[in-house]
Amino acid sequence: MTGAEEKFFEARKKVFPRKVDGTFRRLKWVIMAVTLTIYYVTPWLRWDRGPYAPDQAVLIDLANRRFYMFSIEIWPNEFYYVVGLLVMAAIGLFLVTSAVGRAWCGYACPQTVWTDLFVHVERLVEGDRNAQIRLDKAPWTAKKIGKRALKYAIWLYIAAATGGAWIWYFADAPTLFMDFIHGSAPFAAYAAVGILTFTTFTLGGFMREQVCIYMCPWPRIQGAMMDEKSLGVTYKYWRGEPRTHGLKRSHAQPLTDLANGEKVGDCIDCNACVAVCPTGIDIREGPQIGCITCGLCIDACDEIMEKVGREPKLIGYATAADEALIREGKPTVSAKKRLLRPRTLIYFLLWAGVGLGMLFVLGNRDRIGIDVLQTRNPIWVRLADGSIRNTYTVKIRNMEARPRTVEIRVDGIDGVLWNEAGSREQATRSVRLKVPADKVAKTQIFVAAPGNGPKRTDVTFTVRALDQDMASATDQSFFERPEANR
Amino acid sequence: MADNKRIDEPTGTQTVGHEWDGIEELDTPMPRWWLIIFYATVVFAIVYTILYPAWPMIDRATAGVLGWSSHGELEKKLAEQEAQRAPIMSALSTTPVEKLVASPQLMDTAVEGGRSAFKVYCVQCHGSGAAGSKGYPNLNDDDWLWGGDITAIQQTLMHGIRQPGDDQTRMSQMPAFGRDGLLSSSEIQDVVSYVRFASKQEPASESAQRGRAIFANNCAVCHGADAKGDRQFGAPNLTDAIWLYGGDRNTITDTVTNSRYGIMPAWGGRLDPVTIKMLAAYVHSLGGGEGLPTSDVGAEPEAAPAPDESAGNVIAE
Ligand code: SF4
Ligand code: SF4
Repeated sequence: MTGAEEKFFEARKKVFPRKVDGTFRRLKWVIMAVTLTIYYVTPWLRWDRGPYAPDQAVLIDLANRRFYMFSIEIWPNEFYYVVGLLVMAAIGLFLVTSAVGRAWCGYACPQTVWTDLFVHVERLVEGDRNAQIRLDKAPWTAKKIGKRALKYAIWLYIAAATGGAWIWYFADAPTLFMDFIHGSAPFAAYAAVGILTFTTFTLGGFMREQVCIYMCPWPRIQGAMMDEKSLGVTYKYWRGEPRTHGLKRSHAQPLTDLANGEKVGDCIDCNACVAVCPTGIDIREGPQIGCITCGLCIDACDEIMEKVGREPKLIGYATAADEALIREGKPTVSAKKRLLRPRTLIYFLLWAGVGLGMLFVLGNRDRIGIDVLQTRNPIWVRLADGSIRNTYTVKIRNMEARPRTVEIRVDGIDGVLWNEAGSREQATRSVRLKVPADKVAKTQIFVAAPGNGPKRTDVTFTVRALDQDMASATDQSFFERPEANR
Repeated sequence: MADNKRIDEPTGTQTVGHEWDGIEELDTPMPRWWLIIFYATVVFAIVYTILYPAWPMIDRATAGVLGWSSHGELEKKLAEQEAQRAPIMSALSTTPVEKLVASPQLMDTAVEGGRSAFKVYCVQCHGSGAAGSKGYPNLNDDDWLWGGDITAIQQTLMHGIRQPGDDQTRMSQMPAFGRDGLLSSSEIQDVVSYVRFASKQEPASESAQRGRAIFANNCAVCHGADAKGDRQFGAPNLTDAIWLYGGDRNTITDTVTNSRYGIMPAWGGRLDPVTIKMLAAYVHSLGGGEGLPTSDVGAEPEAAPAPDESAGNVIAE
């Protein structure tokens, strides 16, 4: 940006990343394959839960407010597990960022993965960097129109497949799939696919690095979480500078001091690292917000270093602390040591602690619940024989995928109880209730006790499942009487 | 001050020309896509104000060419709701009230519908929790003047209590024994003693002993020889713990001297039969509702299996 003229806006500077091969490129292929497979395949996995629950392994059932994940089923009142997952995700990102910088950005972020996929499609249709630049400048001939149309068509197909896969997570995938192609799926399904197709197409095809630079808050947050011991993609200028120009000259003068006593650096200024960069920056200018640490410039530079017969990793993962050590002429610390330091260990222990805690609680939770709400209007009712009745709205949560008969009893008061299906004549000290599988049952419990007694008595309601596991739950309430007994 | 614009060396960007204590601001251009989105929102806003009500005028806003209004939206939603409820409403209107218990879903709807109708028509006398007050019966308890099974409640609701002009209304009248000179004041005191003895509020006494004979001659015809009342006349049970006007000596004396009776509107003329059914179901559900007399219908709804075996109705959410 050197122009002195006043510009009201700035057009995107086009980036035409060149193809490259190497360790990090191959790592990115693997991660792309794994993440995309997880995304596309997960909703089609089946998991048998018996006749009363869906058999989709991962299902976010918004209508019935249930979240299924393999053997785990989460009810809305257990939302804290989701909070726990989010806490784990946050600590996990702290851990990764403090150890290896913006690794999330460079390898795993959906924006990066899909952009990478789109870039490959572009290369497949239009050719590599130079061909793309030529095509971009070329006039609109039939050939150019054809190529662009083909590229957009493939992009659109990927975008639609992306948006399409999203909705399978929210309903029974095979059923929804048939409904979807027959045009009888709910409007929300089509709207979701439409919106996600549009966003995937524009964000992956056109916005690309602009999302990371202008829109995403994450790079700013990460900047605050990295320290001088975090690994980052670094141009080792202490090795590379001063640059020589051209392959020939560097061959002619291997890594020695020039005759005039000037040192020659390893960088031959071939611009390979700039050409492969998906965000179009020059890593040799130092760490910058545009670098998502995808590692491609490392591969590109290694290729060159091999050709000119020099040590690889002129661009490589290094820390700011290493840089300082080298400038002082001291040996650097190995990457392994950098990864294992108090900060990362504390993050890891926190992360593992939350995870183990959640697993423990998940394994031991009771799949039954009770909520008791005392009727306050009227608080008490005097019955014909002089005894006092209190009324309670009781909700029983049967969180197992099977119907259960439960027994509700009240302790702490000498009374009998019945519900709307019974009557006082037949009342005993407990009420039985059938609760459908995976449902909440609501019932009115009437409790009658002698009229003489304290104004307020603490009572405990207990629900117990009358099946193999005998799970039980309790809730507290009060039994109240008029002030003075007439 | 706009004259101080200059090009910032490291970035190559022009400054805005302000300077505060040596701090300057870069005039970094916005990305083009940002501008495109900004213009898109402007276009959206213009289209919106043409299509929908937007510009405030003197007494209303411009209507918008789509003709949309929040009132119209509400009417549409209400009509939808009505249509959705139609099947269950027609089931409610064809099912006799005593058969409601057999269908938990209908019963549930009826109770909920009755709850809201109660809040409109009944709370003025019976209170919002149906707990009543002096002279207005508590509908939560198990003491009923005219009958507490669901058909009896429906009958009371339909025809009211002591409503002239309705020949099926609940009718009776307690004599004013003192005012009309039927009993002397000492006789009244004796009969009050007896009633308070019968309801276990007073120990046996000579006065109560005398009152027993007076009661048998004057009161038993309606309240029964055992003073347990008679629902045919709406005559309350005088031996239980529930007193509509009060069970202390003064109140009972006043009741016997001047007589008391309440009235209730005949809702049959004002509310549709479905609403009345729903009100009956709601009142019956408050905890004091009684089973139907066994001769009425084949299935006695509350005669559930042995108590420890009974697994009740379930209202699933
Ligand atoms: S900056 Fe944001 S969008 Fe870009 S790669 Fe990183 S996390 Fe993803
Ligand atoms: S500078 Fe290198 S690591 Fe950073 S985004 Fe560009 S190619 Fe990737």
